[in-house]
Formats: sequence, C-alpha cells, structure tokens
Amino acid sequence: MSAAAPQISLQPSGRLRRRRIVNRIMEGVGTGAALVAVGVLVLVIVSVAVRAAPALSWDFLTKPPNLFGGPGGGISSAIVGSGLIVLTATAMALPLGVLVAIYLTEFAPRGVAAPIQLVLDVLNGLPTIVTGIFVYGLLVIGHAQSAFAGAFALGIVMLPLVARAAQETLLLVPPALREGSLALGVSRWRAVLGVILPTTFGGILTGAVLAVARAAGETAPLLFTTSIFNPSVSTDITHALPNIPVLIFTYSEQPDQALHEQAWGAALVLMAFVLVASLAAKALLARSRRSLGR
Amino acid sequence: VSAVPTTPSLASRRRLGDRLGDVSLRGLTLASALAVLALLGAIVWKVVDLARPSISKYGLSFLTGETWDPVKKVFGALPFIYGTALSSLVALVIATPLAIAIGLWLSELAPRGVRGVIGSLVEMLAAIPSVVLGLWGILVLGPFLAQHLEPWLHDKLGFIPIFGAPQATGTGLFTAGLILTIMIVPIIASICRELFLQVPGELEEGAMALGATRWEMVRGVILPATRTGIAAAIILGLGRALGEAIAVTQVIGGGTRISSNVFGPSDTLASKIAASYQGAATALESASLLYLAAILLVIGLLTNLAAQVIVRRFDPLRGGR
Repeated sequence: MSAAAPQISLQPSGRLRRRRIVNRIMEGVGTGAALVAVGVLVLVIVSVAVRAAPALSWDFLTKPPNLFGGPGGGISSAIVGSGLIVLTATAMALPLGVLVAIYLTEFAPRGVAAPIQLVLDVLNGLPTIVTGIFVYGLLVIGHAQSAFAGAFALGIVMLPLVARAAQETLLLVPPALREGSLALGVSRWRAVLGVILPTTFGGILTGAVLAVARAAGETAPLLFTTSIFNPSVSTDITHALPNIPVLIFTYSEQPDQALHEQAWGAALVLMAFVLVASLAAKALLARSRRSLGR
Repeated sequence: VSAVPTTPSLASRRRLGDRLGDVSLRGLTLASALAVLALLGAIVWKVVDLARPSISKYGLSFLTGETWDPVKKVFGALPFIYGTALSSLVALVIATPLAIAIGLWLSELAPRGVRGVIGSLVEMLAAIPSVVLGLWGILVLGPFLAQHLEPWLHDKLGFIPIFGAPQATGTGLFTAGLILTIMIVPIIASICRELFLQVPGELEEGAMALGATRWEMVRGVILPATRTGIAAAIILGLGRALGEAIAVTQVIGGGTRISSNVFGPSDTLASKIAASYQGAATALESASLLYLAAILLVIGLLTNLAAQVIVRRFDPLRGGR
C-alpha cells in the first residue's frame, strides 16, 4: 500500500518555470516603461534648467528685450503680456464654464445634457491651431492682431476644462444638501447660488488653476492673434502684446545662439510656472476632497 | 395656523421674486450651454468660409494633389496628409505599448508608496508646454538622434526603405514622431490606469486563485475587459498627435516631398499652417493653408467623436475625459 503512492514533485516543471520567467519579464517591462517616462521628464527638466542657467538673472526677468536683438535684455514684457492674456482668457472662460456646468448638473434634462456634454468633449480635443485660425478669421482679419483676440482663443481652449472641472465638483455635492435646502422652502436659484455653489469653490478653483496652466503654455492660438508686436512693456490688450510662448517659438526658429539662450531662459520660466500651478492644483484638490469627506 | 410673520402681500412678492430668480438663472445657464453649441458651429462655419476660395478652385482633388508650389501657384494637400499620418503612426507605434505598460504598472504592480508619486510624475509629463518640448526637440533630442540613433538604424536596418539616410540637423519626421510620443504617452497611460483600476477585484483574484501568474491574469482578464476603453484612449492620443502644431513645426524640418524615409524633413497639416501663415504671398496660398486647417478640423472632429462614442458606450452617464 505504501509503495503505490505517486510521487508528486513540488519543484516547478519546465512549463511552470517558463510561465514564471515570462511573468518576470513582463513585470520588468512594466517597471521599465514607468522608469522611461519618469526618466524623460527628468531629462527634459534638467536639460532646460542647465541650459537656462546662464540666461537667468534679475535683469532677465525685469527688463524688456534688447531692441536690436543679440545678447542682453530680458523678457519682462512677455511676462506681463502673457499674464494679461491668460487673465483675460480666464475672466471669459471661468464664468461661462461654471454656468454651463450648473445647467448640465442642475437643470438639463438627460436628452439635452448629452449633446452639450459631447460638444464640450469634442471642443476639448479640437486642435488648438484650428481654434487660432477661427479667432484669426473672426477678430483679426479686417482689424489687427490684439492681445484680446489671443485671450479669446485661449478662453476657448480653457472653457471645456473649466466646465468639466465645475461639473465634476457639482456632482460631488451630497444630495442631502440640495434636498435639505429645497425642503426648507428655499427656491431653486437660491439653493444653487447660496448653498450648492459655495461648497464647490475648491473644486472649481482647482479646475481653473489647471486650465490656466494649460493655457499659459499654448502657442498655436497666439501665433495668429498676437505674434506681431512691439517688444516693449505694455498693458493695452487692444494691441498685440509680446508673450512667452510665441517668444520661445520665434527664438527657437532663429539660428542666433544668444536668442537660443533667451529661449531656454523663457522656457524655464514657463515650465516652472506650469509645473508649480499643476502641483498647486493637485494639493488644492486633495484638500477640498478631504473637507468634503469630513 | 400660519406662524409666518409676513403679510400675505410680502409673501407673494417674495414668491414672485423667487420665480423670477429661478427663470433667470435657468435662462442664463441655458444660454451659456447654447453658446457652447454655437461656438462649435461657428468654428466649423468660419474655418470652412475662410478656405472657400481654395475649396471652390480645387474641390476634393485638393486632398490628392501632390504638389505644393507657391511659385507656380499649384496647391495640394497630400504631402501634409501623408506627413500627418506617418508622424502620428510613428508616435502611436511607440507610445501605445509603452503607455499600456505604464498603466498596468501603476494599477497592478507599483508598490503603494511610490504609486501616487510616479503617477503624478507621468501626468506632469503631459503638463510640459509643447513649445518647450519643441525647443528641447530641436536643440537636444534632434542633434542626439542625428549623431547616434539615426545613423545606427540606417546602418543596421537601412535595407528597409523607411530607415533612409539621416539628416545632419536631426530635424525630420522621426524626431517629430518621438516628440509626439512624449506628448501622448501620459494621456494614454493615465486613461489606461483608470480603466485597469475599474476591473472588478474578484475577477483578478479569481484568476490568481486558479494559479495564473500575474502576467496571465493581465492578459486573460484585465486586457480583454478593457479592450474598448484602451481603443478609445489610443484614439484620443491620436487626436492629440494629429493636431499638434507647435512642437512638430519646430522639429519636423519642413518639406513638401512625399518620401518613405522617416528621417527626412516633412510637414504635417498643422505644422504647415503654423510655419507658413505669415509668409503666404497670394490670396490663393493663404486660402489653401486655411483649407489645410479645414481638413485638420474635420479629422479632429471625427477622431474625437469616435473616441467619445466609444467612451460613452462604457459610461453613459458621465462620459470619459
């Protein structure tokens, strides 16, 4: 009886060993892919920082460009211009986006919300150069380039981002809050503006910051709307204003080494702004999530 | 019975105010939503309208015209359609496996502690402005490719016509494809990660309990369950790659010849518009450039619609990103 017991080997047979090896290789591929992505990020940031270092100085940030090109001069006028353009774009996109989000979450019947949602998503994926062409045809042809036209184009880029962020936060508002205020006899509009909207402040702010970060780096819409400008500092948005993305683009297309150095400096300033804004948005989001959960 | 300390007339006045408030808030938000619809309509109408001189001259034969010669005033879009398709193809071929692998690693393999950090870093890659990536592409990536990778590929695989003679400057279609890869990997990867996280844990655990290795579980459970979503993610990435203008303009070198050599200079629809809009000498040339924009608009609308339709089949309430 005892001799008949079959021998069961607990060692992996050839086939199992092969399966394990394949598994190990695929896990390695996954880890490798993640490392490649992080590696590329680090590579881009470090090489921009290293090449920008010689250009960076207080003067670079606070002086307008040298009128005759060449070394010296800074990018203050582009910083001011970019700030104004993005600010104007936000002033247009933020209220409109929030209103659209309120309509979609509070008022719209299902059948109406779906197509509007679809249009927002399609608008979000539209090539930004097409947006630039549209605004060029609408506001620039027959008139002249202006920072306002640039802001209008950036506003179109920002709108779907802001609307989606607002919508996502509005959907997170606990139904009890909405029902509670309606049960107390508060009218719909007071409930929306006085009770629901204030709780979504953090989420909407996060969305706005992310949209600003995206818009600040957009170049294509500005190329057609505010790229031929007087390089000195100005705050008149009815004229074309210098701005950082177009400055980097134009300088990068020139053979002049000194201009390349300036482009690297401007690229570092832009990238630092965008990355810090994205991080800030992330922190904001985490905070507002925590306060909603409490 | 009523303990409300208001006179009837005050109460009714308040009710009137409330009704006015309700109607005006609803009207205002509805008007905003309609403005969004009108905006997309206006974009389509305006771009097509601007391109009209060229559309009426060439019609659909513009799409198959192989010459773009401003001097002889002959314009055709085929070189740019080809450049767009090939550069996006290069980007997709490299980005898709990479992005899916990253998505899998982030959702299944990564140790808890680093998961969030690496996930944020990958998303940060998407936040780098395209003009900065383009600058890096011209001055860092391009020269590196021209001196090392491209000659090597040409030597070893030169018998395949796509690996032709490299450019000395490193600008060309292949460089553009790589820059596009960097731009779309984080987009596809973060959608994939969300998809993989939605696969029910019981399915994954069931597969593991049956003795599957982790890779077999991924291949047998996760990938089949998320196939459609991955397709939508890839199409969204494709839409981004097709429409990117600035970074591509910076690194693609510019050219109107259709060549099988991926290392050669070329142009995409978007990059041609961005590169030439200021130099357009004749009305016909600028209208033809705007015709390119109209083609790009149609392609952009189609890819986005396709992706959104697929995504909505998954999640009819909210749609995807």
